[in-house]
Amino acid sequence: MADLVVRLWRGDENGGEFIEFKIPAQEGEVVLDVVHRIQATLAPDLAVRWNCKAGKCGSCSAEINGRPRLMCMTRVNQLPEGEPIVITPLKTFPIIRDLVTDVSFNFEMLKKVPGFKPKPREADGTYRMYTEDVERGQEFRKCIECFLCQDVCHVIRDHEENKEHYAGPRLFVRYADLEMNPLDTNDRRQLLVEKMGLGYCNITKCCTEVCPEHIHITDNAIIPLKERVVDDRYDPIAWLGKKIFRKSKKVETDAK
Amino acid sequence: MVNASIETHEFDVVIIGAGGAGLRAAIESIDSGAKTAIVCKSLLGKAHTVMAEGGIAAALRNVWKEDSWQVHFRDTMRGGKMLNNWRMAQLHAQEAPDRVNELEEWGALFDRTKDGLILQRDFGGHKYARLAHVGDRTGLELIRTLQQKAVTTGAEVFMEVKIVELLHDENGAVSGALGFYRNNGSFVLFKAKSFILAAGGIGKSWKFTSNSWESTGDGHALALWAGADLIDMEFVQFHPTGMVWPLSVKGLLVTEGVRGDGGILKNSEGKRFMFEYIPQMFAAETADSEAEGDRWYEDKANNRRPPELLPRDEVARSINAEVKAGRGSPHGGVFLDIASRRSPEYIRRRLPSMYHQFKELADVDITVTPMEVGPTCHYAMGGVRVDPDTAKATVEGLYAAGEVAGGMHGSNRLGGNSLSDLVVFGRRAGLAAAQSALEKGSSKLSESLVEDALNRALKPLNNPEGENPYTIQHDLQETMQALVGIIRTESELVEAVEKLEEFKERVKGVGAKGGVKFNASWHTALDLNSMLTVSEACAKAALMRKESRGGHTRDDYPKADPEFGKTNHVVRLQGNDITVTPEPLPVMPDELASLFEGAAQPTGITESKEVK
Repeated sequence: MADLVVRLWRGDENGGEFIEFKIPAQEGEVVLDVVHRIQATLAPDLAVRWNCKAGKCGSCSAEINGRPRLMCMTRVNQLPEGEPIVITPLKTFPIIRDLVTDVSFNFEMLKKVPGFKPKPREADGTYRMYTEDVERGQEFRKCIECFLCQDVCHVIRDHEENKEHYAGPRLFVRYADLEMNPLDTNDRRQLLVEKMGLGYCNITKCCTEVCPEHIHITDNAIIPLKERVVDDRYDPIAWLGKKIFRKSKKVETDAK
Repeated sequence: MVNASIETHEFDVVIIGAGGAGLRAAIESIDSGAKTAIVCKSLLGKAHTVMAEGGIAAALRNVWKEDSWQVHFRDTMRGGKMLNNWRMAQLHAQEAPDRVNELEEWGALFDRTKDGLILQRDFGGHKYARLAHVGDRTGLELIRTLQQKAVTTGAEVFMEVKIVELLHDENGAVSGALGFYRNNGSFVLFKAKSFILAAGGIGKSWKFTSNSWESTGDGHALALWAGADLIDMEFVQFHPTGMVWPLSVKGLLVTEGVRGDGGILKNSEGKRFMFEYIPQMFAAETADSEAEGDRWYEDKANNRRPPELLPRDEVARSINAEVKAGRGSPHGGVFLDIASRRSPEYIRRRLPSMYHQFKELADVDITVTPMEVGPTCHYAMGGVRVDPDTAKATVEGLYAAGEVAGGMHGSNRLGGNSLSDLVVFGRRAGLAAAQSALEKGSSKLSESLVEDALNRALKPLNNPEGENPYTIQHDLQETMQALVGIIRTESELVEAVEKLEEFKERVKGVGAKGGVKFNASWHTALDLNSMLTVSEACAKAALMRKESRGGHTRDDYPKADPEFGKTNHVVRLQGNDITVTPEPLPVMPDELASLFEGAAQPTGITESKEVK
């Protein structure tokens, strides 16, 4: 097999550059394997985050040939053959070093989510929920917190200042998870509008496209949230959503 | 003075590790009124708990009313080949149902029965369908639920901090932990009255493992270095079904849920070989024909379970024997077939991550083609010796819960008992550590101890021309895989112990190029210390156990020995030497012992009957 050419961004908050590495190709590898071999042989101090290497923990997020992806789930043979593999850190978050960024913004936003507050148990001490009750929430709970959706969301990707008042798609998925949990009694709608910037999202669906867990972030989380908060507010997107997604609204009414 | 500049934090309780056990401990500790911190090596929510797939075992009795804590206790002890600490196994079986129900109260969304209760699935070694689950991503559900609860409860979290050493006060109690932030290399000192180790496993010392980079045995090593006892370190679980191809994902876990949901194991001749390997201990409850095994999925009352659902040690050894006999798959495993047994829709609904994992990483559609699987290093049964009720280690101020603690699983863990272990003993550790901390006065930590530890940690950076840490790590993994693997023998274990001495010398000369900021080679160089310590503990304990039992199989002693069945191996650090001492197993009280009357005892390896 021919050598692979990998162009890796290396540097820190003071700046950096692309460094080109040539390394023999090996069958069946994912991009993270190649990065690991570079680290083990050519650049021992290369900074890269990873844990499970199985697409379950969401640690190894990066931009591969310009597209936000998990390095552990991107097979080398799916990338254009004979062309360099270009790997850069997530753009939306401050650089720490090389491929590692400071993603603490997401954890700070998660801290602000008002917690789960369950209704009381049934008389027999159980909670009765049926498959159809939990399925919607289960989709959101597949989230592995890779923050690729946050990375690609243009509200914060190109506007650092919006992080003050915009939580981002991962957080909207979390709010939707709570909002649609059959047991939860907390009301977070006002917070979503006033502090979390739900109205800023104009449903371009970039987040849905990059989600490695294939969560329908826009259709199943953000638009229904917009609909739920719109009762006492006017939001043109939600209004439009109501027109377009009338069917899903109906399903929701039935489920209640 | 170096010390004056070190960032220092004081807490009542500091928890090292943020997987299921650490998070559960934090919730309980805070609830008990203790000022609590969690320190973890990665970002929050990335710990190895997310990798757990199949479910959490608890006798909830939602699917089988016949189940009870006694049956769960019995299954756990027999799965561990009776070497478990009986009190831990009892507490675990009794308390697991409450811990699972509590997760639901904190926001977890488990799959449901027709009656709207938490659904339970079949797993190896469990008499009844007992595993509460969310498809095949139960670990993610557990860690996310606990993480969200811990954060709302007010836990302070220090992410991406590697702890290098525990420090004692003037009375010999653990009262400090020195670490550094991986992102900028600056040191941080935690002072506390109680420390809980919840640092997970040791699998990274083997070449083919389901474990992530973090599982370098830090918790085990920190405890041993701090003077605590470890037990049962020879018992390492090789999960029977890891991916074997492509090479880059060799070892990656394939959930036991595949077999629980109907998948079967076949060799290259297309033969369903597990019927040839049914050990005497489990013969009475295992189907002896394919027809009976298949009927069991529909009618459990009148049929016995298929042998694919024997405990993990039995299945792993059987696969190993088939491959060795030349009946393996093209890439050196065997075939795990659910495609010919269940509909594509069923497979995609029940096993979504497995479908995804094989599709994306191996280009295999598991609804059409059988998977190729083989044993992979998965779990350390051995760990810190703890008091069953309080999770307290043998050193004052130190507690341990989860995989880092020993005793609960004996010589072999049943699938699904890990997640329940985390929450049962995580809670107990948090409670006891907090109570003890609130009763204690403050203690003094010697400045010179801190400075010595700090200088040791900086050594690799001061030796940039030293040996590449990745090379040492790679060679260590090769050695442990080859000499202290799934099948062991005297001469190889002796060789392993000798080689580990050479590795110790090499680690003294390890070097890390580059600076202190997120420098992976420095981190790896320091991880080598714990990897070597746990490797040595495992090899030496394995050498001493001259029998085959659970996760320890000796080619030269293929039978279980009743005398060893009454013995734990206790690992200690004496001076600079790691020593192993046999000690009698705690004796089970009569009312529990009576649960095993008439049950067959472990006999060791079951040789394959001649294949017709």
